[in-house]
Amino acid sequence: MAEALLALAGVHTHIGRYHILQGVDLAVPEGAMTVLLGRNGAGKTTTVRTIMGLYKASAGQVRFGARDIAALPTSEIARAGIAYVPESMAVFSDLTVRENLLLGAREAKMDPARLEWIFGFMPALRKFWNYPAGNLSGGQKQMVAIARAIVVPRRLLVVDEPTKGLAPAIVQNLLNAFREMKSAGTTILLVEQNAAFVKKVGDHVAVMDDGRIVHSGTMAAFAADAALQSRLLGLEMEAHA
Amino acid sequence: MSAVPTPAGGEAIPAASLDIVPLLLVPAVALVMIPFVGSFPAWVTLTIAGLAMGMMIFIMASGLTLVFGLMDVLNFGHGAFIAVGAYAATLVLLPLSGWSGADSVLLNLSAVALAILVAMIATGLVGLVFERLLIRPVYGQHLRQILVTMGGAIVTEQLLGVIWGPDQIPLPIPETLRGAFVLGDVAIEKYRLFAVVVGLAVFLAMFLVLNRTRLGLLIRAGVENRPMVEALGYRIRTLFVGVFVAGSALAGLGGVLWGLYREMLTATLGADVVVMVFIVIIIGGLGSVGGCFIGALLTALVANYAGFLAPKVALASNILLMVAILLWRPAGLYPVGKR
Repeated sequence: MAEALLALAGVHTHIGRYHILQGVDLAVPEGAMTVLLGRNGAGKTTTVRTIMGLYKASAGQVRFGARDIAALPTSEIARAGIAYVPESMAVFSDLTVRENLLLGAREAKMDPARLEWIFGFMPALRKFWNYPAGNLSGGQKQMVAIARAIVVPRRLLVVDEPTKGLAPAIVQNLLNAFREMKSAGTTILLVEQNAAFVKKVGDHVAVMDDGRIVHSGTMAAFAADAALQSRLLGLEMEAHA
Repeated sequence: MSAVPTPAGGEAIPAASLDIVPLLLVPAVALVMIPFVGSFPAWVTLTIAGLAMGMMIFIMASGLTLVFGLMDVLNFGHGAFIAVGAYAATLVLLPLSGWSGADSVLLNLSAVALAILVAMIATGLVGLVFERLLIRPVYGQHLRQILVTMGGAIVTEQLLGVIWGPDQIPLPIPETLRGAFVLGDVAIEKYRLFAVVVGLAVFLAMFLVLNRTRLGLLIRAGVENRPMVEALGYRIRTLFVGVFVAGSALAGLGGVLWGLYREMLTATLGADVVVMVFIVIIIGGLGSVGGCFIGALLTALVANYAGFLAPKVALASNILLMVAILLWRPAGLYPVGKR
């Protein structure tokens, strides 16, 4: 396994009086896609929100490269090189697709060649370039949220449940988008419940339950072990298809 | 803003739908009132007076709506900034009474411009202190924000009394802006036209900043979803301080205009009008500058017509207007980021 670009060690997170993350250990190898699986309420979204500093870790380390980012404000974590696509997509409804991507680029100029690359697997963005993002469909908004995160290359892309509530045809488009990003060498941490989806693109897998990582390994080995899937997820990955 | 290539080859896209119904409300209300008012000259006078008052309210309210939209901060001390602005203007206009009273348009307007500049700097500084001392410790705590900012307003008003004394202070309008233009039977006060021009200029400037600059893009995005803007790598606290100071300075500008309109200052000058300011930002949609503009004009016009037609109803007219609009559009005329 390549060296971990992102590593969580013994991370605890409290939300109010609730102890959600109870010692999370997670490694995200550079240049690959790591998938975080788990049942509803296992702590997946809390984990990525803790990585982004949207929830502060009450204990433990979050190392990104050589730097501990656990105590940094969210804006500094993003500036360290992490792009984030939240579960809710969080596109800016009143801004156009172009303006959403401009914000994603921060101080950098948007590279026409990179935009063309993005339009290659997200053609709807070209069509709705000057259109308010709030008027787009759920799948199109998801594309805007992902494009905003990748419009300028970042070291790590964190995506929280991109297929949630999307039609199968849109999920297929997303699958193609992730394959493109992977082939471009982007390191990705993907939170997902759609196991059939991630089996096709994931390199590594970590499974969460009750605020802890209860399994980690290669996706190929996990996908081949029906008994393990059934024990950790409650059903086999094929059942999601 | 970085130059962005327009992607070629895309299909024609449908135009974004502009919600024009709220925009039409202002002329509709004005036109509907013609037969009720009865006299056309009286209607013109009432309408111009309403528009002028609306512009002043808009200037005072525009900063407050951005502050709430961007950081969810309820600043009940905003009225104090209005009073500080008006009092700061006396530092210029009273010593330069020779300029204000001179038979020279240039000297008259220079005195007002200087007074506005000093007032905006003073209220901007007061806003900065307010944000650092009072608001920063209570981010995300609405009840404490209300208590702390109301307390801050009371202290500020008392300090005005300590510095300028308890008596009312006259703030005369410069000679150029006195009197009225008479067109047939219609008399239009010069100062009211001046307030309309300044209000339109402020609205245009805000529109351009919000829609044509990267700073404006960030503010609009921050008003809609602050945590996401932070997750994109922007330091929103710094942006908020800037918006808070600018909003305070605009309240100061509004205070100068309002003080000149009343020609007499008291420390509660801002508190007298701050309820209307809050009604305007609620009617407009919290965080929406366009909604604030329409809301201010509507509120002032309705108050003016009601004051003329049914003075007993006038006191409640703004509340009734707010209730009617919220029953129609519960999030205000132009809710932010609700698509």
